[in-house]
Amino acid sequence: MRQRMNQNRARSAMRTGVDHMATGLAILATILVIAPLIAIFVYLIYKGASSLNLAFFTQIPKPVGEAGGGMANAIVGSGVLLAVASLIGVPIGIGGGIYLAEFGRGTKLANAVRFTADVLNGVPSIVMGIAVYSLIVIPQGHFSAFSGGVGLGIMMIPTVTRTTEEMLLMVPNAVREAALGLGVPNWRSVLSITLKTASPGVITGCMLAFARVAGETAPLIFTAFGNQFWSASLNQPIAALPLQIYIYAISPYDEWHRLAWAGALVLIILIVLAVSLVRYVASRGILKGAS
Amino acid sequence: MSEIRIPKLEVAATPQSEPSGVGSGNPASVGTGPEAVRASTSISEVRRFLLARGNSAFADRLFGGTMMACAMSIFGIVLLIATELVMRSQLSWHKFGFAFFYKFNVDPDTHLPVFWDPVSGTFYALPFLYGTLVSSLLALLIAVPLAIGVAIFLTEMCPKFLRGPLGFVTELLAAIPSVVYGLWAVFVLVPLLREHVNPVFIAIFNNSVVVKLFGWTGIVGDKGFFGGSNYGLGMMAAGVILAVMILPIISSLTREVMNAVPNSQREAVLALGATRWEMIRTGVLRNARIGIVGSVILGLGRALGETMAVAMVIGNRPEISKSLLSLGYSMASVIANEFSEASDNLYLSALIEIGLALFIVTIIVNALARVLVWAVTRGTPARVQ
Repeated sequence: MRQRMNQNRARSAMRTGVDHMATGLAILATILVIAPLIAIFVYLIYKGASSLNLAFFTQIPKPVGEAGGGMANAIVGSGVLLAVASLIGVPIGIGGGIYLAEFGRGTKLANAVRFTADVLNGVPSIVMGIAVYSLIVIPQGHFSAFSGGVGLGIMMIPTVTRTTEEMLLMVPNAVREAALGLGVPNWRSVLSITLKTASPGVITGCMLAFARVAGETAPLIFTAFGNQFWSASLNQPIAALPLQIYIYAISPYDEWHRLAWAGALVLIILIVLAVSLVRYVASRGILKGAS
Repeated sequence: MSEIRIPKLEVAATPQSEPSGVGSGNPASVGTGPEAVRASTSISEVRRFLLARGNSAFADRLFGGTMMACAMSIFGIVLLIATELVMRSQLSWHKFGFAFFYKFNVDPDTHLPVFWDPVSGTFYALPFLYGTLVSSLLALLIAVPLAIGVAIFLTEMCPKFLRGPLGFVTELLAAIPSVVYGLWAVFVLVPLLREHVNPVFIAIFNNSVVVKLFGWTGIVGDKGFFGGSNYGLGMMAAGVILAVMILPIISSLTREVMNAVPNSQREAVLALGATRWEMIRTGVLRNARIGIVGSVILGLGRALGETMAVAMVIGNRPEISKSLLSLGYSMASVIANEFSEASDNLYLSALIEIGLALFIVTIIVNALARVLVWAVTRGTPARVQ
């Protein structure tokens, strides 16, 4: 009897021990995951902040050996590329989301679209880059900003479609029914009632997609190609921030490494701002006014 | 016609069958009831009734058609990518056939295998397959335990006030661009591995006692996993940076899958006298395992396709070596590095064929992962469907 009790006590102590150990391991895992993030941020600020000055935002790269210079052309180039990408990706993506949430809800076709969008989201960006390369760059005969924008644009479509669908699904049916009940045509109800109600969420979804493609380098290597000089022409190769960071990072020059760190810091600040904004809007309850 | 519709309309208008599950937008609530599923997957009766009144309008049809065209463009993109890749890789496919993925030439002088030599027109993709596979598996090996640990901590143990910030931090980790990871890896991670981490592994794996005991396994010693010279760059660095990059994807999906496990499961296990860990193991992990496997596969898909960070640290040498310290090459990074200098058509075509292989593999892997995750979270309103 006594032995039995001792055994039980020992077993229960062991179970508690295992429980504590598991808790400890989970905490350790969390710390190990946060460590690289902190390391990356600390290094970016440490290495990048000292190189961030007015010249960085106003000058184009100097030739090797000369100090100074900046990445103004890359920042502008990224802006041009992202503008083209948004012009392609946002309308088509939102349209697809509207179809999934409003017209095709529950149909086999919509499920297939949703599934394909999710799978397409996981296709490596470099594969998209090759497709655009052989679709536009080879027939055209030269690299161009336009092909880079198309490459980024088609990467935005699946993300925008899925977030738009999710946001539209959160709009209460009563809102749609009220609009339709008042005799508004369906297209009008979708555009000015449903989509408008969900617009904060849809916009944040677009911004997430935007932030994602803003950091893409792989498809730009053989579409936009990069450019050491000013260029805003859609028909010419164009510089882009991530591309420039890549080129500078693998170069052997300290001056260029410095610029790469500064560029990465700028890119990260933009992306953190976008993600924080998204979180802020989401936490405030996007559809508070509607429901 | 209206006699048929009106009774349906009345049924639909009662509060029970018009659930607010869709509107409430609470992903943690498990709407497995039939109403919740119906509401999230089909158009309500009221709306159908109202739509039936005016859907003959030309503008409505036009609008619906345009939206459908937008949705169909997703199929269009997939088809476009597939046809472009298949067409442009014809040259290499005709020249090498399926041997492209497993054969190699042997150098007559040194008797070493030659896989990839643009000068002599030799293009075999085996080292890239090997590099992609090994670096991705290494990444999974590192990332999966950590990601599941984080997910467990965040869903089951974490105090409420930490949950938000920690979730945000992991989300940020997913938002950092590949090229920034690469930059950090080149200047911080690689020196760290070269000077502090790799020497430890080398000391353990090449220890004379260890070699004597386990030499027969081929894992230790000069020809083992940590033999050869220590550059810092190489498979190990690629695996570690890939692990950091896929961690947030695996952990956020695992969290979602674990959130989808009904609370009654947890309560039941706890009521039987289990400790918290036993509750997590038997009540949560066991129920969520299919979804967890799905998220791991999704992470694998991401790792297979990662380009820039890997290209910057893997060393870019088309070789196959058992050592994790040796330089390697991956499918995505060879395309990124050599595409713009591919001068002749066969070279270009071979690179595009590698891209095609990558496309097919990632599509299969992602589809599989989505199906698995979807099987678990089916009832919830749909972030990962």
